[in-house]
Amino acid sequence: MPEKFDVIVVGAGPAGTSCALVCAQKGLNVLLIERGEYPGSKNVMGGVLYRKQMEELIPEFWKEAPLERPVIEQRFWMMDKESVVQFGYKGLEWGVEPYNNFTVLRAQFDQWFAKKAVEAGALLINETVVTECIVENGKVIGVRTDRPNGEVYADVVVLADGVNSLLSKQLGFHKEFRPDEVALTVMEVINLPKEKINDRFNLEDNQGCTIEIFGDSTKGNLGTAFLYTNKDSLNIGVGTTLSSMIKSKMKPYDLLDYLKTHPMVKPMLAGGESAEYLAHLIPEGGYRSVPKVAGNGVVVVGDAAQLVNAIHREGSNMAMHSGLLAAETVIEAKHRGDFSESSLNLYRQKLYDSFIIKDLEKYKDATHTFENNPQYFKEYVPMMNKAMSKFFTVDGTPKRDKQKEIMKSVTAERGTFKVIQDIYRAWKAVK
Amino acid sequence: MSTKNIEEKQYLLRFKADTKSHLTVMDDDICMTKCPDKICTIFCPAEVYKWEGLRMQVGYEGCHECGSCRIGCPYQNIKWEYPKGGHGIVFRLA
Repeated sequence: MPEKFDVIVVGAGPAGTSCALVCAQKGLNVLLIERGEYPGSKNVMGGVLYRKQMEELIPEFWKEAPLERPVIEQRFWMMDKESVVQFGYKGLEWGVEPYNNFTVLRAQFDQWFAKKAVEAGALLINETVVTECIVENGKVIGVRTDRPNGEVYADVVVLADGVNSLLSKQLGFHKEFRPDEVALTVMEVINLPKEKINDRFNLEDNQGCTIEIFGDSTKGNLGTAFLYTNKDSLNIGVGTTLSSMIKSKMKPYDLLDYLKTHPMVKPMLAGGESAEYLAHLIPEGGYRSVPKVAGNGVVVVGDAAQLVNAIHREGSNMAMHSGLLAAETVIEAKHRGDFSESSLNLYRQKLYDSFIIKDLEKYKDATHTFENNPQYFKEYVPMMNKAMSKFFTVDGTPKRDKQKEIMKSVTAERGTFKVIQDIYRAWKAVK
Repeated sequence: MSTKNIEEKQYLLRFKADTKSHLTVMDDDICMTKCPDKICTIFCPAEVYKWEGLRMQVGYEGCHECGSCRIGCPYQNIKWEYPKGGHGIVFRLA
């Protein structure tokens, strides 16, 4: 029955569904293939969905999408064993239209989003694994699936098959990722009554809070933890680069339990009931790990293209925007009737001109810097905690003497030259 | 709130297990002779891998399909595929 589509999109996550939606809206014949029982059944995210890139696809989506809470407060914790240095921002302007970002539960959100693509005319096929791209004369002309007679053809195949992207690896777009290019993250959804969440996080019903936790949350390893508020549940998770997990011989679920029982965290979860446990890889190699993203008859979007800004925990927005840029490219290629690599390279150009690659480029050295210099998480976070404790403990010591003591203890631990070097190195990595 | 061990965590999940494993340890001898740490038994977030003295037991039914074992195996000794369409883990929430 060789059936031919204009576009086949592999993977109904944020990147794939965005691309399918826009292509379908423009009248293209779109097949969206999902390997899970339903879109979202294989997908995991800490939980922050950004308004801007979603709004470009579905204006005023917040009026109907299954969202949890608009985030009005973002906190950052530098956590030691029995203390925490905190900063953050809370603003009511994020709690009203057009909002800044939202917490979501992906299994619900992804289903709703894929339904939008279907309503626009895309054909969604669930429970189907794409086993390989069909390549003829150096050009991708379709995909082979695990269904009987499961070959389907298209002018363009969009690989939105997630962080593991076996398909782009098969095409030789990238080698196997190294353990320092991915973060292994585990999380739990913990049910907790809405009133308790509102009280503990100082929120109203329709206000959300996110906390990013550095330092002892990963036992000083390169990574972060997070605690996000849903309507009547919390998402708590922790991840480190797979290489750190291996080096330190940590079991990820033990690390999660360490976090959940940490004295700074435990009271916030008290009385909650675990509802789900999830593990996933996050592509965190950044700029240098972005593979080839366009070939003859094929483009790569979202996590499959390593489009994640780990420093700002942005990923779903980059996925969606890359899906949109891929769709624009496919539509233009269709007008030209040219689906060659040089034609589809327009997608690459759009990607590199957008905030996506600009932001990845800005932080291109960050992961490597922090991976190779564990002192930032292992030493400076405890130092910050000690400094704050000393400075705010009233014990009759004049403040100027306290400042001197703090400076002395910092340089004594690391050495003056090293401290200057560390500051310069960190600044260079994120400037 | 009680801390759940990995068995209890896994019990929260829904799996639709395939009859055949999508994970294959290609050569148990490599695990035995070259890999004293058997590091996959430590970092796998679902405790899929258990060393049984002579061979690696692969509890693929509880796999989250994250891909860590494929990338993290120091000897690239794990063949990693997706479970058949519609099978494997089914996340219901996040």
